[in-house]
Amino acid sequence: MSLPFYVNPEQMARDKSEYARKGIARGKSVVTLECGAGVLIVAENPLKLQKLGEIYDRIAFAGVGRFSEFERLRKMGVQWADVEGYRFSRDDVRGKALANLYAQALGEEFTRSSKPFEVEIVVAEVGDAELAGQEANAIYQVSFDGAIQDHEGYCVIGGSIHALQRHLETNYRANLELGAALRLGRDTLQRAENGNPNLRSGDLEVIVLDRRRSGRRFRRLPPEEVQQILG
Amino acid sequence: MHFWDGYRGTSFTELLEAEHPQLKPNLRHWFAEPGQLPPTASGTTCLALRFAGGALVAGDRLATMGNQVASRRIEKVFATDDYSLMAIAGAAGPAMEMARLIGIQFEHREKIEGAPLELEGKANTLAQLIRQNLPAAMQGLAVLPLFAGYDRRRRTGRVWKYEITGGRYEESEFECVGSGAIFARESLKVSFRENAQRADALRMAVQALTDAADEDRGTGGVDDERGIYPNVKFCTAEGVESAPDEEVAGAWREVLVARRRRRE
Repeated sequence: MSLPFYVNPEQMARDKSEYARKGIARGKSVVTLECGAGVLIVAENPLKLQKLGEIYDRIAFAGVGRFSEFERLRKMGVQWADVEGYRFSRDDVRGKALANLYAQALGEEFTRSSKPFEVEIVVAEVGDAELAGQEANAIYQVSFDGAIQDHEGYCVIGGSIHALQRHLETNYRANLELGAALRLGRDTLQRAENGNPNLRSGDLEVIVLDRRRSGRRFRRLPPEEVQQILG
Repeated sequence: MHFWDGYRGTSFTELLEAEHPQLKPNLRHWFAEPGQLPPTASGTTCLALRFAGGALVAGDRLATMGNQVASRRIEKVFATDDYSLMAIAGAAGPAMEMARLIGIQFEHREKIEGAPLELEGKANTLAQLIRQNLPAAMQGLAVLPLFAGYDRRRRTGRVWKYEITGGRYEESEFECVGSGAIFARESLKVSFRENAQRADALRMAVQALTDAADEDRGTGGVDDERGIYPNVKFCTAEGVESAPDEEVAGAWREVLVARRRRRE
Protein backbone atom coordinates (compact mmCIF):
# COMPACT_ATOMS: atom_id res chain seq x y z
CA MET A 1 0.00 0.00 0.00
CA SER A 2 1.37 3.37 -0.89
CA LEU A 3 1.18 6.34 1.43
CA PRO A 4 -0.96 9.22 0.24
CA PHE A 5 0.99 12.27 -0.84
CA TYR A 6 1.50 14.90 1.81
CA VAL A 7 -0.37 18.08 1.02
CA ASN A 8 0.20 21.24 2.96
CA PRO A 9 -3.14 22.02 4.67
CA GLU A 10 -2.69 25.71 4.01
CA GLN A 11 -2.22 25.01 0.33
CA MET A 12 -5.28 22.75 0.31
CA ALA A 13 -7.49 25.39 1.95
CA ARG A 14 -6.25 27.99 -0.55
CA ASP A 15 -7.04 25.73 -3.47
CA LYS A 16 -10.49 24.97 -2.17
CA SER A 17 -11.21 28.66 -1.56
CA GLU A 18 -10.11 29.55 -5.04
CA TYR A 19 -12.30 26.83 -6.48
CA ALA A 20 -15.34 27.98 -4.49
CA ARG A 21 -14.78 31.66 -5.29
CA LYS A 22 -14.62 30.91 -9.00
CA GLY A 23 -17.91 29.07 -8.81
CA ILE A 24 -19.60 31.89 -6.92
CA ALA A 25 -18.18 34.60 -9.20
CA ARG A 26 -19.98 33.08 -12.20
CA GLY A 27 -23.36 33.73 -10.54
CA LYS A 28 -25.39 36.90 -10.43
CA SER A 29 -25.51 39.05 -7.33
CA VAL A 30 -28.11 39.56 -4.61
CA VAL A 31 -28.62 42.80 -2.67
CA THR A 32 -30.18 42.90 0.80
CA LEU A 33 -31.33 46.29 2.12
CA GLU A 34 -32.89 47.45 5.35
CA CYS A 35 -35.67 49.91 4.61
CA GLY A 36 -38.66 51.54 6.28
CA ALA A 37 -40.93 48.64 5.43
CA GLY A 38 -38.50 46.08 6.88
CA VAL A 39 -35.91 44.17 4.89
CA LEU A 40 -35.88 44.07 1.10
CA ILE A 41 -33.94 41.52 -0.94
CA VAL A 42 -33.41 42.01 -4.67
CA ALA A 43 -31.79 39.42 -6.92
CA GLU A 44 -30.97 39.48 -10.59
CA ASN A 45 -32.74 36.32 -11.62
CA PRO A 46 -34.67 36.02 -14.88
CA LEU A 47 -35.24 32.29 -14.26
CA LYS A 48 -38.11 30.49 -12.59
CA LEU A 49 -35.77 28.80 -10.08
CA GLN A 50 -35.76 30.96 -7.00
CA LYS A 51 -32.78 32.26 -5.08
CA LEU A 52 -34.78 33.89 -2.31
CA GLY A 53 -36.98 32.00 0.08
CA GLU A 54 -39.03 32.16 3.24
CA ILE A 55 -37.59 30.44 6.29
CA TYR A 56 -39.89 31.52 9.11
CA ASP A 57 -42.10 34.34 10.39
CA ARG A 58 -39.38 37.00 10.33
CA ILE A 59 -36.55 35.22 8.54
CA ALA A 60 -35.69 35.04 4.86
CA PHE A 61 -32.93 33.30 2.93
CA ALA A 62 -30.91 34.37 -0.10
CA GLY A 63 -28.31 32.30 -1.89
CA VAL A 64 -25.86 32.71 -4.77
CA GLY A 65 -23.64 30.16 -6.45
CA ARG A 66 -24.57 26.60 -7.27
CA PHE A 67 -28.36 26.27 -7.16
CA SER A 68 -28.60 22.68 -5.91
CA GLU A 69 -26.28 23.48 -3.02
CA PHE A 70 -27.93 26.61 -1.68
CA GLU A 71 -31.36 25.10 -2.29
CA ARG A 72 -30.36 22.25 0.01
CA LEU A 73 -29.23 24.82 2.57
CA ARG A 74 -32.52 26.67 2.28
CA LYS A 75 -34.56 23.52 2.84
CA MET A 76 -32.44 22.57 5.83
CA GLY A 77 -33.13 26.01 7.24
CA VAL A 78 -36.89 25.59 6.82
CA GLN A 79 -36.72 22.18 8.49
CA TRP A 80 -34.70 23.51 11.37
CA ALA A 81 -36.96 26.54 11.85
CA ASP A 82 -40.23 24.60 11.78
CA VAL A 83 -38.96 22.01 14.23
CA GLU A 84 -37.56 24.71 16.51
CA GLY A 85 -40.85 26.62 16.45
CA TYR A 86 -42.84 23.46 17.10
CA ARG A 87 -40.55 22.42 19.93
CA PHE A 88 -40.48 25.83 21.62
CA SER A 89 -42.41 28.85 20.36
CA ARG A 90 -42.55 30.93 17.20
CA ASP A 91 -40.64 33.77 18.88
CA ASP A 92 -37.79 31.40 19.72
CA VAL A 93 -36.82 30.93 16.08
CA ARG A 94 -34.03 33.46 15.53
CA GLY A 95 -31.92 34.40 12.56
CA LYS A 96 -28.69 34.45 14.51
CA ALA A 97 -29.05 30.84 15.60
CA LEU A 98 -29.76 29.80 12.02
CA ALA A 99 -26.81 31.77 10.64
CA ASN A 100 -24.55 30.08 13.19
CA LEU A 101 -25.83 26.66 12.20
CA TYR A 102 -25.15 27.42 8.55
CA ALA A 103 -21.67 28.66 9.43
CA GLN A 104 -20.92 25.50 11.35
CA ALA A 105 -22.26 23.19 8.67
CA LEU A 106 -20.47 25.00 5.84
CA GLY A 107 -17.23 25.19 7.84
CA GLU A 108 -17.27 21.45 8.48
CA GLU A 109 -18.07 20.69 4.88
CA PHE A 110 -15.22 22.96 3.78
CA THR A 111 -12.59 21.16 5.84
CA ARG A 112 -13.91 17.63 5.42
CA SER A 113 -14.87 17.22 1.81
CA SER A 114 -12.62 17.61 -1.19
CA LYS A 115 -15.16 19.76 -3.03
CA PRO A 116 -16.37 22.73 -0.99
CA PHE A 117 -19.82 24.25 -1.44
CA GLU A 118 -19.80 26.97 -4.09
CA VAL A 119 -22.29 29.18 -2.30
CA GLU A 120 -22.68 32.36 -0.37
CA ILE A 121 -25.84 32.98 1.59
CA VAL A 122 -27.66 35.67 3.52
CA VAL A 123 -29.97 35.12 6.48
CA ALA A 124 -32.09 38.23 6.99
CA GLU A 125 -34.33 38.85 9.96
CA VAL A 126 -36.81 41.69 10.33
CA GLY A 127 -37.34 43.18 13.78
CA ASP A 128 -40.61 43.22 15.68
CA ALA A 129 -41.45 46.51 17.44
CA GLU A 130 -43.69 44.64 19.91
CA LEU A 131 -40.96 42.31 21.19
CA ALA A 132 -38.58 43.92 23.66
CA GLY A 133 -35.00 43.31 22.63
CA GLN A 134 -35.92 42.12 19.14
CA GLU A 135 -36.84 45.46 17.54
CA ALA A 136 -33.81 45.66 15.24
CA ASN A 137 -33.31 43.98 11.88
CA ALA A 138 -30.36 41.67 11.36
CA ILE A 139 -28.47 40.63 8.22
CA TYR A 140 -25.99 37.75 8.40
CA GLN A 141 -23.74 36.69 5.56
CA VAL A 142 -22.26 33.19 5.55
CA SER A 143 -19.54 32.16 3.09
CA PHE A 144 -18.59 28.79 1.60
CA ASP A 145 -15.92 28.23 4.27
CA GLY A 146 -18.23 28.97 7.17
CA ALA A 147 -17.07 32.55 7.69
CA ILE A 148 -19.93 34.57 9.16
CA GLN A 149 -20.37 38.32 9.17
CA ASP A 150 -23.19 40.58 10.25
CA HIS A 151 -24.13 43.69 8.33
CA GLU A 152 -25.93 46.87 9.13
CA GLY A 153 -28.00 48.58 6.45
CA TYR A 154 -27.10 46.53 3.42
CA CYS A 155 -25.23 43.50 2.18
CA VAL A 156 -24.18 42.27 -1.26
CA ILE A 157 -23.33 38.70 -2.13
CA GLY A 158 -22.33 37.11 -5.42
CA GLY A 159 -19.70 37.58 -8.06
CA SER A 160 -18.03 40.95 -8.58
CA ILE A 161 -19.39 42.85 -5.63
CA HIS A 162 -16.93 45.73 -5.22
CA ALA A 163 -18.63 48.11 -7.62
CA LEU A 164 -21.96 47.25 -6.04
CA GLN A 165 -20.69 47.90 -2.54
CA ARG A 166 -19.20 51.24 -3.59
CA HIS A 167 -22.52 52.26 -5.09
CA LEU A 168 -24.37 51.39 -1.90
CA GLU A 169 -21.80 53.13 0.30
CA THR A 170 -22.55 56.44 -1.36
CA ASN A 171 -26.27 56.02 -2.08
CA TYR A 172 -27.72 54.01 0.81
CA ARG A 173 -29.90 55.92 3.30
CA ALA A 174 -31.62 54.52 6.36
CA ASN A 175 -35.43 54.12 6.34
CA LEU A 176 -35.92 54.39 2.59
CA GLU A 177 -39.47 53.73 1.54
CA LEU A 178 -40.04 50.47 -0.31
CA GLY A 179 -40.10 51.92 -3.83
CA ALA A 180 -36.89 53.90 -3.33
CA ALA A 181 -35.17 50.89 -1.81
CA LEU A 182 -36.20 48.71 -4.74
CA ARG A 183 -34.91 51.27 -7.24
CA LEU A 184 -31.63 51.49 -5.33
CA GLY A 185 -31.40 47.70 -5.38
CA ARG A 186 -31.96 47.58 -9.11
CA ASP A 187 -29.45 50.39 -9.79
CA THR A 188 -26.89 48.58 -7.63
CA LEU A 189 -27.31 45.26 -9.43
CA GLN A 190 -26.88 47.00 -12.78
CA ARG A 191 -23.31 47.88 -11.80
CA ALA A 192 -22.22 44.24 -11.60
CA GLU A 193 -19.49 43.34 -14.12
CA ASN A 194 -21.21 40.16 -15.15
CA GLY A 195 -24.71 41.62 -14.77
CA ASN A 196 -27.21 43.17 -17.10
CA PRO A 197 -26.88 46.99 -17.27
CA ASN A 198 -30.55 47.37 -18.22
CA LEU A 199 -32.48 45.30 -15.74
CA ARG A 200 -36.22 45.12 -16.29
CA SER A 201 -38.83 44.02 -13.80
CA GLY A 202 -38.91 40.53 -15.33
CA ASP A 203 -35.20 40.08 -14.62
CA LEU A 204 -35.60 40.68 -10.91
CA GLU A 205 -36.66 38.48 -8.05
CA VAL A 206 -37.84 40.61 -5.14
CA ILE A 207 -39.00 39.72 -1.65
CA VAL A 208 -39.69 41.82 1.40
CA LEU A 209 -39.89 40.96 5.09
CA ASP A 210 -42.66 43.40 5.89
CA ARG A 211 -42.48 44.89 9.39
CA ARG A 212 -46.11 46.00 9.30
CA ARG A 213 -47.51 42.52 8.84
CA SER A 214 -48.03 40.10 11.67
CA GLY A 215 -47.27 36.38 11.62
CA ARG A 216 -45.47 35.45 8.43
CA ARG A 217 -43.81 38.69 7.26
CA PHE A 218 -42.35 37.23 4.06
CA ARG A 219 -43.89 38.54 0.87
CA ARG A 220 -42.81 37.88 -2.69
CA LEU A 221 -43.43 40.94 -4.88
CA PRO A 222 -45.24 39.85 -8.05
CA PRO A 223 -43.68 41.07 -11.34
CA GLU A 224 -46.58 43.49 -11.91
CA GLU A 225 -45.89 45.22 -8.61
CA VAL A 226 -42.14 45.41 -9.33
CA GLN A 227 -42.97 46.81 -12.77
CA GLN A 228 -45.28 49.41 -11.26
CA ILE A 229 -42.66 50.56 -8.74
CA LEU A 230 -39.80 50.71 -11.23
CA GLY A 231 -42.00 52.47 -13.78
CA MET B 1 -27.37 19.85 10.85
CA HIS B 2 -26.30 17.31 8.26
CA PHE B 3 -26.15 17.98 4.57
CA TRP B 4 -26.70 14.83 2.64
CA ASP B 5 -28.26 12.22 4.87
CA GLY B 6 -31.20 14.13 6.36
CA TYR B 7 -34.88 13.79 5.51
CA ARG B 8 -35.60 15.17 2.03
CA GLY B 9 -39.38 15.12 1.76
CA THR B 10 -41.90 17.90 2.16
CA SER B 11 -43.87 16.56 5.11
CA PHE B 12 -43.34 18.03 8.55
CA THR B 13 -44.81 15.04 10.39
CA GLU B 14 -42.53 12.67 8.49
CA LEU B 15 -39.61 14.94 9.30
CA LEU B 16 -40.47 14.67 13.00
CA GLU B 17 -40.77 10.91 12.74
CA ALA B 18 -37.47 10.53 10.90
CA GLU B 19 -35.33 12.97 12.83
CA HIS B 20 -37.10 13.97 16.02
CA PRO B 21 -39.28 11.01 17.04
CA GLN B 22 -39.43 12.26 20.63
CA LEU B 23 -41.37 15.35 19.47
CA LYS B 24 -44.06 13.47 17.57
CA PRO B 25 -47.21 13.33 19.67
CA ASN B 26 -47.81 9.66 20.29
CA LEU B 27 -51.13 9.20 21.99
CA ARG B 28 -50.57 5.48 22.43
CA HIS B 29 -48.49 6.29 25.48
CA TRP B 30 -51.09 8.44 27.11
CA PHE B 31 -52.68 5.70 29.15
CA ALA B 32 -51.47 2.53 30.80
CA GLU B 33 -54.16 0.08 29.85
CA PRO B 34 -57.07 -0.02 27.46
CA GLY B 35 -60.15 1.52 28.95
CA GLN B 36 -58.25 3.45 31.62
CA LEU B 37 -58.93 6.88 30.31
CA PRO B 38 -58.09 9.91 32.42
CA PRO B 39 -60.78 12.62 32.46
CA THR B 40 -60.37 14.83 29.40
CA ALA B 41 -62.09 17.96 28.17
CA SER B 42 -64.71 17.38 25.48
CA GLY B 43 -68.23 18.35 24.38
CA THR B 44 -68.78 20.61 21.44
CA THR B 45 -70.86 21.77 18.58
CA CYS B 46 -69.02 22.87 15.47
CA LEU B 47 -70.41 23.41 12.01
CA ALA B 48 -69.18 24.23 8.55
CA LEU B 49 -71.29 25.46 5.65
CA ARG B 50 -70.83 26.71 2.13
CA PHE B 51 -72.07 30.12 1.13
CA ALA B 52 -71.80 32.37 -1.91
CA GLY B 53 -68.32 33.72 -1.09
CA GLY B 54 -66.73 30.50 0.15
CA ALA B 55 -67.04 28.54 3.38
CA LEU B 56 -67.91 29.40 6.98
CA VAL B 57 -66.83 27.48 10.06
CA ALA B 58 -68.26 28.13 13.52
CA GLY B 59 -67.98 26.59 16.94
CA ASP B 60 -69.17 27.15 20.50
CA ARG B 61 -66.72 28.07 23.25
CA LEU B 62 -67.42 25.59 26.04
CA ALA B 63 -65.22 22.69 27.07
CA THR B 64 -66.60 20.25 29.62
CA MET B 65 -65.03 17.55 31.74
CA GLY B 66 -67.74 15.12 32.72
CA ASN B 67 -70.50 17.36 34.02
CA GLN B 68 -68.21 20.24 34.88
CA VAL B 69 -67.02 23.23 32.92
CA ALA B 70 -63.37 22.90 31.90
CA SER B 71 -63.18 26.19 30.03
CA ARG B 72 -65.70 28.78 28.87
CA ARG B 73 -63.58 30.45 26.26
CA ILE B 74 -61.87 27.64 24.41
CA GLU B 75 -61.32 28.18 20.67
CA LYS B 76 -62.41 25.32 18.47
CA VAL B 77 -62.12 26.99 15.08
CA PHE B 78 -58.62 27.45 13.67
CA ALA B 79 -57.24 28.99 10.53
CA THR B 80 -54.85 26.26 9.38
CA ASP B 81 -53.47 28.60 6.71
CA ASP B 82 -54.65 31.56 4.61
CA TYR B 83 -57.28 29.54 2.75
CA SER B 84 -58.40 26.77 5.06
CA LEU B 85 -60.19 26.35 8.36
CA MET B 86 -60.54 23.52 10.80
CA ALA B 87 -62.98 23.00 13.64
CA ILE B 88 -62.31 20.41 16.30
CA ALA B 89 -64.62 18.15 18.24
CA GLY B 90 -63.77 15.32 20.59
CA ALA B 91 -60.93 15.15 23.10
CA ALA B 92 -59.69 18.74 23.33
CA GLY B 93 -56.01 18.02 24.05
CA PRO B 94 -55.20 15.79 21.07
CA ALA B 95 -57.54 17.81 18.85
CA MET B 96 -55.73 21.08 19.52
CA GLU B 97 -52.37 19.41 19.05
CA MET B 98 -53.62 18.09 15.73
CA ALA B 99 -54.76 21.57 14.66
CA ARG B 100 -51.35 22.99 15.52
CA LEU B 101 -49.52 20.21 13.72
CA ILE B 102 -51.63 20.49 10.59
CA GLY B 103 -51.04 24.26 10.42
CA ILE B 104 -47.27 23.69 10.56
CA GLN B 105 -47.59 20.86 8.04
CA PHE B 106 -49.25 23.19 5.48
CA GLU B 107 -46.79 26.00 6.10
CA HIS B 108 -43.80 23.65 5.94
CA ARG B 109 -44.82 22.18 2.62
CA GLU B 110 -45.52 25.65 1.22
CA LYS B 111 -42.06 26.90 2.18
CA ILE B 112 -40.16 23.79 1.07
CA GLU B 113 -41.88 23.59 -2.31
CA GLY B 114 -42.52 27.28 -2.81
CA ALA B 115 -46.21 26.59 -3.43
CA PRO B 116 -49.11 25.75 -1.11
CA LEU B 117 -50.95 22.43 -1.26
CA GLU B 118 -54.22 22.35 -3.15
CA LEU B 119 -57.27 22.36 -0.89
CA GLU B 120 -57.93 18.71 -1.63
CA GLY B 121 -54.34 17.88 -0.72
CA LYS B 122 -54.81 19.65 2.59
CA ALA B 123 -58.01 17.67 3.27
CA ASN B 124 -56.14 14.43 2.55
CA THR B 125 -53.25 15.40 4.82
CA LEU B 126 -55.70 15.83 7.66
CA ALA B 127 -57.23 12.40 6.93
CA GLN B 128 -53.78 10.84 7.32
CA LEU B 129 -53.27 12.49 10.70
CA ILE B 130 -56.65 11.25 11.90
CA ARG B 131 -55.84 7.73 10.73
CA GLN B 132 -52.59 7.82 12.69
CA ASN B 133 -54.62 8.75 15.75
CA LEU B 134 -56.82 5.65 15.41
CA PRO B 135 -55.28 3.65 18.30
CA ALA B 136 -55.98 6.55 20.65
CA ALA B 137 -59.44 7.00 19.16
CA MET B 138 -60.24 3.37 19.95
CA GLN B 139 -59.49 4.16 23.60
CA GLY B 140 -61.90 7.06 23.60
CA LEU B 141 -59.61 9.93 22.57
CA ALA B 142 -61.17 10.45 19.18
CA VAL B 143 -60.53 13.63 17.24
CA LEU B 144 -63.26 14.48 14.77
CA PRO B 145 -62.60 17.66 12.88
CA LEU B 146 -64.41 19.53 10.18
CA PHE B 147 -62.28 20.93 7.45
CA ALA B 148 -63.30 23.71 5.09
CA GLY B 149 -61.66 26.20 2.84
CA TYR B 150 -61.69 28.20 -0.31
CA ASP B 151 -60.54 26.27 -3.39
CA ARG B 152 -58.68 28.84 -5.46
CA ARG B 153 -58.59 26.63 -8.54
CA ARG B 154 -62.33 25.93 -8.57
CA ARG B 155 -63.25 29.30 -7.05
CA THR B 156 -65.63 27.88 -4.49
CA GLY B 157 -65.89 26.99 -0.82
CA ARG B 158 -65.60 23.30 0.11
CA VAL B 159 -66.40 21.37 3.28
CA TRP B 160 -65.23 17.96 4.52
CA LYS B 161 -66.15 15.77 7.46
CA TYR B 162 -64.11 12.86 8.81
CA GLU B 163 -64.52 9.66 10.74
CA ILE B 164 -62.01 8.20 13.20
CA THR B 165 -60.59 5.76 10.66
CA GLY B 166 -59.49 8.67 8.51
CA GLY B 167 -62.44 8.37 6.12
CA ARG B 168 -63.14 11.72 4.53
CA TYR B 169 -66.39 12.86 2.96
CA GLU B 170 -67.04 16.04 1.10
CA GLU B 171 -70.32 17.79 1.84
CA SER B 172 -72.12 19.95 -0.67
CA GLU B 173 -74.11 22.04 1.83
CA PHE B 174 -73.18 21.87 5.52
CA GLU B 175 -71.96 19.52 8.22
CA CYS B 176 -71.88 19.51 12.02
CA VAL B 177 -69.82 17.62 14.60
CA GLY B 178 -69.81 17.23 18.37
CA SER B 179 -72.27 16.31 21.07
CA GLY B 180 -74.79 18.93 19.88
CA ALA B 181 -74.34 18.18 16.18
CA ILE B 182 -77.67 16.44 15.80
CA PHE B 183 -79.55 19.59 16.92
CA ALA B 184 -77.42 21.94 14.85
CA ARG B 185 -77.98 19.74 11.82
CA GLU B 186 -81.76 19.81 12.32
CA SER B 187 -81.62 23.58 12.61
CA LEU B 188 -79.57 23.99 9.45
CA LYS B 189 -81.79 21.57 7.58
CA VAL B 190 -84.59 24.10 7.95
CA SER B 191 -82.65 27.34 7.59
CA PHE B 192 -79.99 26.46 5.00
CA ARG B 193 -80.14 28.32 1.70
CA GLU B 194 -77.69 27.72 -1.08
CA ASN B 195 -75.46 30.61 -2.19
CA ALA B 196 -76.38 32.64 0.86
CA GLN B 197 -74.80 36.02 1.40
CA ARG B 198 -72.31 36.50 4.21
CA ALA B 199 -74.79 37.99 6.72
CA ASP B 200 -77.36 35.22 6.08
CA ALA B 201 -74.70 32.54 6.42
CA LEU B 202 -73.63 34.04 9.73
CA ARG B 203 -77.23 34.08 10.97
CA MET B 204 -77.80 30.44 9.95
CA ALA B 205 -74.65 29.42 11.81
CA VAL B 206 -75.43 31.35 14.99
CA GLN B 207 -78.99 30.04 14.98
CA ALA B 208 -77.81 26.44 14.63
CA LEU B 209 -75.32 26.84 17.49
CA THR B 210 -77.96 28.49 19.67
CA ASP B 211 -80.40 25.64 18.96
CA ALA B 212 -77.70 23.09 19.78
CA ALA B 213 -76.83 24.86 23.04
CA ASP B 214 -80.52 24.79 23.97
CA GLU B 215 -80.68 21.02 23.80
CA ASP B 216 -77.15 19.83 24.53
CA ARG B 217 -75.52 20.50 27.91
CA GLY B 218 -72.06 19.99 26.44
CA THR B 219 -72.48 22.96 24.11
CA GLY B 220 -72.09 26.54 25.28
CA GLY B 221 -74.54 29.15 24.07
CA VAL B 222 -74.03 32.87 23.84
CA ASP B 223 -73.00 34.20 27.25
CA ASP B 224 -74.02 37.85 26.95
CA GLU B 225 -73.15 38.62 30.56
CA ARG B 226 -69.52 37.51 30.24
CA GLY B 227 -69.30 38.63 26.63
CA ILE B 228 -68.60 35.15 25.23
CA TYR B 229 -69.77 34.52 21.67
CA PRO B 230 -69.25 31.60 19.32
CA ASN B 231 -66.20 31.68 17.03
CA VAL B 232 -67.17 32.25 13.43
CA LYS B 233 -64.60 32.35 10.64
CA PHE B 234 -65.12 32.97 6.93
CA CYS B 235 -62.83 31.68 4.22
CA THR B 236 -63.15 33.41 0.85
CA ALA B 237 -61.03 34.41 -2.12
CA GLU B 238 -59.58 37.16 0.12
CA GLY B 239 -58.43 34.66 2.74
CA VAL B 240 -59.56 33.90 6.27
CA GLU B 241 -61.48 36.44 8.28
CA SER B 242 -62.94 36.18 11.78
CA ALA B 243 -66.39 37.62 12.44
CA PRO B 244 -66.00 40.25 15.18
CA ASP B 245 -67.89 39.55 18.42
CA GLU B 246 -70.26 42.50 17.80
CA GLU B 247 -71.32 41.03 14.49
CA VAL B 248 -71.95 37.60 16.04
CA ALA B 249 -73.86 39.26 18.89
CA GLY B 250 -75.97 41.15 16.34
CA ALA B 251 -76.83 37.93 14.51
CA TRP B 252 -77.70 36.30 17.83
CA ARG B 253 -80.12 39.13 18.71
CA GLU B 254 -81.78 38.74 15.31
CA VAL B 255 -82.24 35.04 16.03
CA LEU B 256 -83.85 35.83 19.38
CA VAL B 257 -86.19 38.41 17.85
CA ALA B 258 -87.28 35.94 15.17
CA ARG B 259 -87.94 33.30 17.84
CA ARG B 260 -90.07 35.69 19.88
CA ARG B 261 -92.04 36.66 16.81
CA ARG B 262 -92.71 33.02 16.07
CA ARG B 263 -94.19 32.52 19.53
CA GLU B 264 -96.43 35.57 19.42
